Amino acid sequence: MKTIKNIGYIITFLGFAFFIGSIFTGTYKVTPDTYHSWIESKGIKSEIFIENTKNEIVNKEMSAWDLSNIILKNAKISNKYLKEQQEIEWNKIIHIKWSKTSKEYIYPLVRKSATGWFINNTFLWFFLTFGLAIIGGLLVFIPDYKLLGPAGIKNNGLFQHSATNRGIIGLLTAFFFVSFYIFLYFFPNLIVNPILAVNGISKALNGNSASQWFLYGFMYCSVMTVFAVRMFIKYRHNKYQMIRTGVVLFFQVAFAFLIPEILVAFNKPWFDFKNAWPLNYTFFFDWNLNTLINSGNLGVFMLVWGIVLTAVIVPVMVYFYGKRWYCSWVCGCGGLAETLGDPYRQLSDKSLFSWKIERWLIHGVLVFATIMTALTLYVYFAEIPSWKELFWGISVYDVQTWYGFFIGSIFSGVIGTGFYPILGNRVWCRFGCPLAAYLGLVQRFKSRFRITTNGGQCISCGNCSTYCEQGIDVRSYAQKGQNIVRSSCVGCGVCSAVCPRGVLKLENGDDTGSSRTEVNDVLLGNDIDLLSMTKKND
Amino acid sequence: MKNIVIIGNGVAGITAARHIRKKSDHKITIISGETKYFFSRTALMYVFMGHMKFEHTQPYENWFWKKNRIDLVQSYVNNVDINTKTLKLDNGETLSYDDLIIATGSKPNKFGWPGQDLKAVTGMYSKQDLDTITEYAKDCKRAVIVGGGLIGIEMAEMLASKNIPVTFLVREASFWNGVLPAQESEMINRHIKEHHIDLRLETNLVEILGDEHGRVKAITTDKGETIECNLVGLTAGVSPNVNFLKDSGIELDRGVLVNRQLETNIPNIYAIGDCAQQHQAIGERRPIEAVWYTGRMMGETVARTICGTPSTYQPGHWFNSAKFLDIEYQTYGWIWAKPRENEARFYWEHKDGKKSIHINYDKNTKEFIGINNFGIRMRHNVFDKWLTEKRTIEHVLEHLKDANFDPEFYAQHESEIIQKFNIENGTSLVTKKKSWKRIFQKA
Repeated sequence: MKTIKNIGYIITFLGFAFFIGSIFTGTYKVTPDTYHSWIESKGIKSEIFIENTKNEIVNKEMSAWDLSNIILKNAKISNKYLKEQQEIEWNKIIHIKWSKTSKEYIYPLVRKSATGWFINNTFLWFFLTFGLAIIGGLLVFIPDYKLLGPAGIKNNGLFQHSATNRGIIGLLTAFFFVSFYIFLYFFPNLIVNPILAVNGISKALNGNSASQWFLYGFMYCSVMTVFAVRMFIKYRHNKYQMIRTGVVLFFQVAFAFLIPEILVAFNKPWFDFKNAWPLNYTFFFDWNLNTLINSGNLGVFMLVWGIVLTAVIVPVMVYFYGKRWYCSWVCGCGGLAETLGDPYRQLSDKSLFSWKIERWLIHGVLVFATIMTALTLYVYFAEIPSWKELFWGISVYDVQTWYGFFIGSIFSGVIGTGFYPILGNRVWCRFGCPLAAYLGLVQRFKSRFRITTNGGQCISCGNCSTYCEQGIDVRSYAQKGQNIVRSSCVGCGVCSAVCPRGVLKLENGDDTGSSRTEVNDVLLGNDIDLLSMTKKND
Repeated sequence: MKNIVIIGNGVAGITAARHIRKKSDHKITIISGETKYFFSRTALMYVFMGHMKFEHTQPYENWFWKKNRIDLVQSYVNNVDINTKTLKLDNGETLSYDDLIIATGSKPNKFGWPGQDLKAVTGMYSKQDLDTITEYAKDCKRAVIVGGGLIGIEMAEMLASKNIPVTFLVREASFWNGVLPAQESEMINRHIKEHHIDLRLETNLVEILGDEHGRVKAITTDKGETIECNLVGLTAGVSPNVNFLKDSGIELDRGVLVNRQLETNIPNIYAIGDCAQQHQAIGERRPIEAVWYTGRMMGETVARTICGTPSTYQPGHWFNSAKFLDIEYQTYGWIWAKPRENEARFYWEHKDGKKSIHINYDKNTKEFIGINNFGIRMRHNVFDKWLTEKRTIEHVLEHLKDANFDPEFYAQHESEIIQKFNIENGTSLVTKKKSWKRIFQKA
């Protein structure tokens, strides 16, 4: 069994090695056709840029790095030249920004110009990357069924292992995650070979070539599936965990991946029916509203559904079941956190200080998202172009860009997922997600959900707090016999699972006000009469 | 403002300190030689197993003590002078008090076995014990645990989690059968073996043999067997840690003798937690209760007394819990290893052999006396209410769904349980649906 696991590690690493290594290889050849349609679609008008790049790249084989650098270099040369002229022709200037130029200008050209082995051997290439990584991953986790011993809580060695206790393996993993997100969000022009690994699948699904987002979606689903298998083995004694993991995986694969891709195959907008505003912050952006309105009945249904989801379904469901129905049963971010992130849940910070930061940050993001959306809708209905200055030299487009960059990319992706092995698996959900903040407010003030503390059984061991991915100090409530009613609780159920004394139970009880938070003093050795006597004497 | 000194920073002493601070402005000093900050002793095993770091066992962050004006002194107390109201610490300092709370807990029992003080022979009680085990587990080829109780099985689990072969010597014919009825005890025997722990029942330790470095190298048993090992755990129970009070004038038996107000024979001196011994046992409870929650309750009680509301220690109906490897155990009310004259039993075990409930009730009145539940969680407040209301076993079985505390979606066994009872007793009880109203109803 141990041998199978080790072979699994080797196969997985091979898959990843091919995946990462492919970034440094492969050739790209820009054909004249590709070149011209690219110049046209990007609206490039600088003659000097066109002349130079045409000479340097068209019909030449080179690496993605060289191709990208030549374009960047010539854009700079062109800009410099134009700015030296007496009269500057602003419409010929190519605006260069590290976070945009690569993905918006360079990527489309590079993506179209891939040649050679990777594009001709789609299925072998898929097998060498995803195939090996998935098979290897399964070989790593399935032997745990025997290796971990009889079913039960087996967190043995988590705080003594480099991968799960911020050791060197953890740091390297974080480095890999962060790098991946930076390439994905800002430099997709350099990961065209990895994208080609799923080209065949994309074409089979909806006839289109794979984009970086298709790669991300496919990778997301694969990672979740492999780690869901790990969850199924680890928590096979715990039905709540089994069902929850199955459901959250289903929602990711079906709602965030298959359905939207199939919609595209039928020329409908890419739409994730479970992604609610304000997590889905682009929902009210003009381009999205216009797309939906122009997509017939289905588009209008999507628009209405999106609004109803946020305004009615989300709060009503939180009232009955707590925010867990979304955060750890449906949401994609939650799904990844509960599968890939599970080995890191113990790394979340439990201090009072981090709770303070959490409340400022997450509600700050909610306010930011709300203001941004309000401005967006204002200019939409007032028919003001979104690039037009609104106040202090700022346009709505600027606000949207900042949000997209700082919150949408950096916070939720690079930090939220990239830092799993350092800050724990729910960084985004705990500190940043505006939808979680909204759900949390409902959960805290008007919901039937609570984690019930079982009378006086708590022994303050601290397993619950340690394994709370949201950094809730569960023990501080349990040892006082108090139920846990906290806005941040996503109801993953792991506190209850790791409790050695059967103290915690997630439940949706009566909402009779006091029953949710009341402490039963008799069970704690404090006779009620005696207490009232104390109060009189005070 | 009184000057209150607490000896011991376990759950009893800390709870007392916290509640005195809540109710008053008294000066509070806590003395402990073991660690500076309060930690949860029950979690030490998880630190060894790598489930937690030591800091996770500390329920309060380090700034908590200063903020609440609770002074911490890390030292052992050598003796107590009741006349001058002073303590002598092992660092040479003296400390005076107005009120003294003794909360020194327990120490592992050692029964004078030859070799019991060798290196790598240890109890599993204190932070220091944990450090010892961690140190000697590194190159341990086999460990022997002596004593089949709650700490013994925890220590076996700890070492087994590191793939160290463990031999588990148990004096009794079945694991913990002085407390558990035969069926449950047998279930745990099986589970211990399932974990590949070498369980030796009815086997006693005779001698611990050392090597040339003074470290254990083997033990011998009363079956004439010599077992080579590099680590020995002595887990044959604990007793109150009160030796330093011997000549103080404070009345001792096995522990510090206290009345229901937790007062000793000396005014202004109280004892709480594992080290306190009731003159008269409370109900069926033992005079010395080395249980987590009783320490906490005594701490709260003594805090009220010291802050001007003399209060009686009222632990209420007996309850407890534990975890044997993967099997959780809870108990409410009393169910002895062997039924008493007036008692009848009802036992149900799931076919997987890892879940069971065992109910003790009065033969004649059918009054519910107590329950052991293994592998199924039960609601404390519901059983406490049933005990107070003196409900019958029929009532308990019919309303068992109210008491179920297992996580959502877990298989429910109430109908199977009640069916077995009906067959055995010729009754026709039916399970009632779970009712939130009943669950929240006060006794």
